[in-house]
Amino acid sequence: MLNYTLRRLMFTIPTLLLISFIIFLILDTAPNDPTGNLPLTIPPEVRAQIRTSLGLDAPMYIRYLLWCKQFFVNEPLNLLYEWFGWCFNTCESRLRVTSWATRSPVVDLIVERMPQTLWVVGMSYVVGILIAVPIGVISAYKQYSWFDQLGTFISMIGFSVPTFFTGVLLIVIFSVMMPNDSWFWLPSIYDTTLKVTDWASFGAQVRQMLMPVMVLALFNAAQISRFMRASMLDNLSQDYVRTARAKGLKEKVVLLVHVLRNSMIPVVTVIALGIPQVFGGAIITEQIFKVNGLGQLLIIGIQGADIPLVQTLTFLFAVLIVIFNLVADILYGLLDPRIRYE
Amino acid sequence: MKMKHLITGALGAAVLSTTAFGAAHEAQGRDGNANIIYWQAASILNPYLSGGTKDVDASSMILEPLAGYDENGNMVTKLVDEIPTVGNGGVSADLTTITWKLSEGLLWSDGSAVTSADVVFTANYCMDETGGCQQLIKFGGVESVVAVDDLTVLITFDGPKPFPYGPFVGSTTPVLQAAQFANCMGAAAPTCTEQNFGPIGTGPFIVTEFRANDTITLAANENYRDPSKPAFATITFKGGGSADAAARSVLETGEFDYAWNLQLAPEILADMEAKGLGTLHSAFGPLVERLMINLTNPSADLGDERSTVAHPHPFMTDIAVRQALSMAVDRPLLVEIGYGKAGKVTCNVLPSPAIYDSPNNAGCEVQDIAGANALLDSAGWEMGSDGVRAKDGVRLSILYQTSTNAVRQDFQALIKQWWSEIGVETELKNIDAAVFFGGDQSSPDTFQKLFADLEMYANNFDGTDPEAYMGSWACSEIPSPENAWLGQNMPRFCDPAYDALLAEMGGTADIEERARLAIAMNDMLMQTYTIIPLVHRGNVVASANTLEGVLLNVWDTDLWNIADWSRSE
Repeated sequence: MLNYTLRRLMFTIPTLLLISFIIFLILDTAPNDPTGNLPLTIPPEVRAQIRTSLGLDAPMYIRYLLWCKQFFVNEPLNLLYEWFGWCFNTCESRLRVTSWATRSPVVDLIVERMPQTLWVVGMSYVVGILIAVPIGVISAYKQYSWFDQLGTFISMIGFSVPTFFTGVLLIVIFSVMMPNDSWFWLPSIYDTTLKVTDWASFGAQVRQMLMPVMVLALFNAAQISRFMRASMLDNLSQDYVRTARAKGLKEKVVLLVHVLRNSMIPVVTVIALGIPQVFGGAIITEQIFKVNGLGQLLIIGIQGADIPLVQTLTFLFAVLIVIFNLVADILYGLLDPRIRYE
Repeated sequence: MKMKHLITGALGAAVLSTTAFGAAHEAQGRDGNANIIYWQAASILNPYLSGGTKDVDASSMILEPLAGYDENGNMVTKLVDEIPTVGNGGVSADLTTITWKLSEGLLWSDGSAVTSADVVFTANYCMDETGGCQQLIKFGGVESVVAVDDLTVLITFDGPKPFPYGPFVGSTTPVLQAAQFANCMGAAAPTCTEQNFGPIGTGPFIVTEFRANDTITLAANENYRDPSKPAFATITFKGGGSADAAARSVLETGEFDYAWNLQLAPEILADMEAKGLGTLHSAFGPLVERLMINLTNPSADLGDERSTVAHPHPFMTDIAVRQALSMAVDRPLLVEIGYGKAGKVTCNVLPSPAIYDSPNNAGCEVQDIAGANALLDSAGWEMGSDGVRAKDGVRLSILYQTSTNAVRQDFQALIKQWWSEIGVETELKNIDAAVFFGGDQSSPDTFQKLFADLEMYANNFDGTDPEAYMGSWACSEIPSPENAWLGQNMPRFCDPAYDALLAEMGGTADIEERARLAIAMNDMLMQTYTIIPLVHRGNVVASANTLEGVLLNVWDTDLWNIADWSRSE
């Protein structure tokens, strides 16, 4: 197992380097210009100077190598400096990956946006799982009952109705139509500067998270509950279930101990594979509720041709996806003793 | 939120009643917090490093220029007591220098004094070639900026400058504090994250927290020159989302007090306003949506010489065709469908400020399909069996390009329909804005290359002086491979008489005379139908009914008078 993990980890390094190069190539060949969104009143000579000051006149491979140096060497060194105060060579003036639009280090921008993304998107994932697992179990156990039909219907809705529809619908109901002084009124705009210090601010935080979390949770739950149901159905017809019942075990024990545990194996891997999406943010939902998390950061970067920002964010997503793929594989081995990687 | 308004309103009233007895002026920060939403989030608070309106507007709450413009386009003083003119001796008689005198006793928000050294530093900061300053055009023709004494700045130009109010007038060129930005010159400019995110200024507010591309929180500047302003103690400047969500948050949910730039379908805005929480404001600057005719041949067969003056256009060079295209357009309908309150019909490419608006081109408001058909008939363009006119084997078939944008695509569809009624065949094309307006040399789709028969977009100019804008259509401004496709003369229009008028304007300081010349140039472009104006576009914003003092300004930033904003009951 350990050997297998180490081998996989070794493989990730060339894989990730290749991914970073491909991302860089795609961004470089994309027809976009960081000065393209500036007002037309800015003359072309000034635009040319701006491009030069961003380093865009250097050849492609030089810019790629520079990014690699900044990302793989300077950024980790800077982290060491900020966390532990360890200093190698120049500490304060180290050249970091800098966003073109904000002229500030990309990693700082990402760190600033982590909290709201993890809170909203992460919470929606947790809520989604909490809703999905019971629905999946009951739907499978009482297959074709009214509950199963209803669960199927709801997950069809969650799957097929886009979040930009459900999000706006909730805003219209709870922010626009609801009177402002009503207890049920919810804010349509997420306040990222809100700090939870007492019960009142905690309440405000819960209220502003409610709508985006619910919209995303519906979507996540739809997906996971279908996996759960299918996996339960597979197991319910297995021989060991009949044996357990024949031994005279209670139905509750059969279902929740024997069947559920075995059915969770594929579902856990699916859940693990979905975690990188949490970090990726939810571009559309974040835009609708103005959560301004990582998803919104990425879309602004793409619109403004902020190549260092887009490059770094997409690369970090790639890292997370590769890592969680590995985690999912290892979890699978741990949960199911029949599977061994050697 | 309503509750909060009531409370702050009540507080405001309490302060009002107490001050009515005693002090002559009211205290700073009496009206609590105001929420402003820009659906494009601010990325940086240094306008020299960003040309984006959102960034310039956000920074205008903190940083101030020497003088700005009011809502009518008149200059107003900010850090000086008087606008220098030839009359008061501030501008030299030969028009080559301008002398600004700072007001006495001005303080930065950190308590230090504002001196002429700060102004000189700012000029050098922007004019440093390695800094990538985005407002460099404002410093065009500046030879030197020197401090005569602590409060006097002398700007010398390399030649006569009839309109010397480029540097330090308007929010795009504010004064930076030399002490704070001393280490940020040239190539180091972008590395000064802390300075760029929290500049020290003289404006009514200071930054308390800056979250790039998200939210800025600001507090009243205790060292602001008027101790009774600003009325708000704090400002929350939220960015992100979309224009409709921003409009909704002011007009329908009441969460925000001010929403910027609401280019939305007219009926959507009217519905939202009907809820009664807020009001829409509109104002008109010089922004005109127009058709630019290509007078040169864009045929791909010409290779490197397509859309260059070497090859005249096969049919657009016929003024009858251009005039017919203009006559067939129903401008009032375009305004109604595309812009509502935010648009007006215009027959000029230079419709504002008012003194430059030519009275000589009226009549384009009325669509005249029959007249256009008659004109083409008499010019010898005969209707073919396929419904497309032709003459000597040349068919009136047009490629019409613009940027991707819902309103523009609606316009394209409507105009295509009208042109089909006069026997002109139209092929439509739309290009992503970042590519269309971006200067990518390798892309064939930029608006400068204009590899099409005509294109539509909107353009305007900064400030109130149209000289540079009218200069776009000089012969020397024609984009071509020789100048790397730079320049704004998209029609490739070249007339020595036009260039002569422009040269005359360059040597004229008298405002009336300048207006006469600008109108003459506008009329030349209009009466040759080289540029076909469609809609005079305005700016629409929404403000909550409890917010007082909003005066929408198209000549400077939206937030130009935020120090005067207050909360009503």
